[in-house]
Amino acid sequence: MGEVINSSIEGYKDLLKSFIETQDERSLYGVEMMSKSFLKNNILPEEIVDMHIQALEELYPELSQEVKHSMNFLLEAMISYGIKQQEIQSLKEKQFAIQSEISVAAKMQNTLLKTEIPQAKGIDIGAISVPAHQLNGDYYHFVKGKDDTIGLAIADVIGKGIPAALSMSMIKYAIDSYPEESMKPNVILENLNRVVERNVDPNMFITMIYAQYSPRDNKLRFSSAGHEPGFYYNAKENKFTELKTKGLALGVLGNVQYQEYMLEMKPGDMVIFLTDGVTETKDQGRFIETQEVLDPIKKYKDLSAQEMVEHVFKYFEQLQDFKRRDDFTLIILKKEV
Amino acid sequence: MKPQSSCVRIQKEWDIVGARHVARDMAKELGFGIVDQARIATAVSELARNIYLYAKSGQIIFEKIDTMESKGLSIIAIDSGPGIADIGQVMQDGYSTSGGLGAGLPGVKRLMDEFVIQSEMGKGTKITTKKLVR
Repeated sequence: MGEVINSSIEGYKDLLKSFIETQDERSLYGVEMMSKSFLKNNILPEEIVDMHIQALEELYPELSQEVKHSMNFLLEAMISYGIKQQEIQSLKEKQFAIQSEISVAAKMQNTLLKTEIPQAKGIDIGAISVPAHQLNGDYYHFVKGKDDTIGLAIADVIGKGIPAALSMSMIKYAIDSYPEESMKPNVILENLNRVVERNVDPNMFITMIYAQYSPRDNKLRFSSAGHEPGFYYNAKENKFTELKTKGLALGVLGNVQYQEYMLEMKPGDMVIFLTDGVTETKDQGRFIETQEVLDPIKKYKDLSAQEMVEHVFKYFEQLQDFKRRDDFTLIILKKEV
Repeated sequence: MKPQSSCVRIQKEWDIVGARHVARDMAKELGFGIVDQARIATAVSELARNIYLYAKSGQIIFEKIDTMESKGLSIIAIDSGPGIADIGQVMQDGYSTSGGLGAGLPGVKRLMDEFVIQSEMGKGTKITTKKLVR
């Protein structure tokens, strides 16, 4: 860094001289540019003061002792700022390294947890999941059985960030290992509960809804492990009802039984599953009401299910001024007319 | 002839100023520029303040280095205080020993050219630093 200073001193001296003589804005602009280049080259404040002293002494050899002492005093006052500047620089580099590690992890998470929204006759499915930060603690997963049954999991880890992301991979691989067609939603949750209870830190829980839609009888069977309740939209009555369910979050206790619920979907009916990132949306510091969650869904109900979830997401993003506080996941199943 | 070495005991806050003074005088004699003089004084301040705050008493030893190859100042801070449990932690940026405002030991390391720290719980801490005239 000594070189930058040495090569700048003449330029600095000229600018200083011209400013002292004419107080022109051009010199001030010149020193602004110089100061930027100093910052870029990590020149510390005490070195700039030192350069200033040198320039001043060369321009005014008759400079009074009082001014000289005062400049040394100023230099002394800059030392701690110089140390802080170096510290901030090194912390920035560290932060950058951590950031890029996290983005590698996020990419890997996307690959590991990849799921495709299945195409199925008679039912239109839309799904969106957006993490608050880089790593997602929400998760959804689709399975299509041989008899065209669609299995669907939506989950939320209590807790965010890296631990949440890690345990989601475990859930996915557990689900993948089950012989889907032969298992009912409540049995799947009972199995997952054992996996989570055995393998995850005792103060970490996962909430989940597991649902199966069968195109043969148009019935949706589902079980919930303490998850945010979903909604059923009855097209005929143009009315939403909350899907009330009982069930303990995964990982709380070892042996838990889950209840299975069932509903029949008629043409135009919808089922909405979500995570608390949606319901706990804040509008100017206040949690929104359930009705406010449903309003945008109703508004876009004539779009395709995928367009709906995307529009609803955008709606909430705007409502929160584009600051997501929690991971946001929304799934809509729509019985085709 | 000026002394080649000097030792300052640190017991009161006022002793920090004394240590700075000795450091600056020796740095000046060795031909350090004003920027390095100020850096050395600040490093000594930090070392002395750490002794004063955490070990209650200790000393700082100054030695001139004047050989064919190099010229500079060696500063050794020794105390018989509680010692540092986790050196890695105190050497981390953002962790400051003097209440978040001081330079901390990483600051001392940046101000000087060489920095070695040894510490034993219950026995004390020894920090050896050097700055060479460029």
